[in-house]
Amino acid sequence: MDHQPPPFFKRGPAPVALLSFYVALSVALLVADARLQTLEVLRQALSMFTHPVQHLAQLPAKFLDNAGNYFVSVSRLQDENAQLKRARLDNVATLLRTQHLEIENVRLRKLLGVKERQQASGQLAQILYSARDPYSRRIVIDKGQQDKVLAGQPVIDDAGIVGQVTRVFPFVAEVTLITDKEQAVPVQIVRTGLRSVVFGLGNGQLELRFLPANADVQDGDVLVTSGLDGIFLPGFPVARVVHIERDTSYSFARIFCMPLAGVENFSEVMILDPRPAVVLPEQLVREAAGREAKSPVRSGQAKKKRLKKD
Amino acid sequence: MQTSSYSSSRILLPVRPWFIGFSLLAALLLNFLPTTVWRGVPDWLALLIVFWSIREPRRVGMGLAFVFGVAMDVADASLLGQHALAYVLAAYCGSSLSRRILWFPLGLQALQVLPLLLLVQLVQFSVRLLAGADSPGISYFLGPIFGTLLWPLLTFILLLPQHQPVDRDANRPL
Repeated sequence: MDHQPPPFFKRGPAPVALLSFYVALSVALLVADARLQTLEVLRQALSMFTHPVQHLAQLPAKFLDNAGNYFVSVSRLQDENAQLKRARLDNVATLLRTQHLEIENVRLRKLLGVKERQQASGQLAQILYSARDPYSRRIVIDKGQQDKVLAGQPVIDDAGIVGQVTRVFPFVAEVTLITDKEQAVPVQIVRTGLRSVVFGLGNGQLELRFLPANADVQDGDVLVTSGLDGIFLPGFPVARVVHIERDTSYSFARIFCMPLAGVENFSEVMILDPRPAVVLPEQLVREAAGREAKSPVRSGQAKKKRLKKD
Repeated sequence: MQTSSYSSSRILLPVRPWFIGFSLLAALLLNFLPTTVWRGVPDWLALLIVFWSIREPRRVGMGLAFVFGVAMDVADASLLGQHALAYVLAAYCGSSLSRRILWFPLGLQALQVLPLLLLVQLVQFSVRLLAGADSPGISYFLGPIFGTLLWPLLTFILLLPQHQPVDRDANRPL
């Protein structure tokens, strides 16, 4: 029972008024976040308060993990060590040849006057946890603005592309996995060189869309990044085709793929450095500027999109 | 269990405000635990907000629900305002139904709490579907059911600090 004066006078606003105020506020937040994407600063500011609590909540899991690691038997470690050594020896031949080929490739490209390929480099990051939201597939990694991580950087593991950094907070960053429903990766089929875009399905699989029903795709085909987007470096493995449905009543084949990288696993990942923007040839720049002058209404976003396309 | 302040002869001490805050923070912490893989885990914060808005509608209202909802949204990588909207609605329904719900024994209380918890999930579900996400499957609605099953236990634990000593004497006949 309350020991307060009877609530004759001081009761604040009516509950319905308060309710409509808060509902309006939440709906405004929802619309602003979903449609305008202008709340990143607010998110970052609020994350300064929630991040310590989240960090605290991860501690027991980490402790259990560490305890588990501590009791791993010596013999298993020795086995693993021997296996790794063998794998390294197996790879040495390929690696040495690759280095040689890379140098040769650079020289040949110079001879031909083709621009040099960018070397893949990046920084290592630890996956902290997967986001709680059951509607999207995202993970949180332990590098953020402090480590100069930018939104849009590709994230890989030892087997291929894992995803892309979509939100950066001061100390952590959010990575959208390639299996997320809103993530798309431009790819190329290794066997045929066919270019397409692979979309996440949200259930751990990927789908190659808009390929004609008679497209030359087989089960087991490996997809690698095509690099046409200007974000992913070309040649990284993305997925393997596992199932194809060719229905003559549809004009497109339904092609399902499984990601090659350990997308849903907890491990370490590498954040690749962003690709430098490709400089447009002089003529195209002038043309674009002329078009811009004719239609000054066009927004900056449309311009950016067109530049990317070019 | 005879802990309800209406149906039992037991008179409870007034709640301490710091305990409400502490329990809500603890629920936030529980929500942040990496339990995403188990679908049956209830939304602890929703449960606590419903509990306190039924028990103490004048202390825990829509304002607190909104603040904790936004905190969940930021931590959860979901749409900003999704949890806030759901929690605010749950707090409103909880406080407007509190006079009725507290008259029932704990089992029946739990039955009345189930729709409130389902409302929390349903609001988030429809918001995300409207925003273009995929349905996460029927197991998404398992959480409220387990939350409902936990209600009697939760009530007992959260009311423990308000219990008076049971020894009766001439000055304290109850």
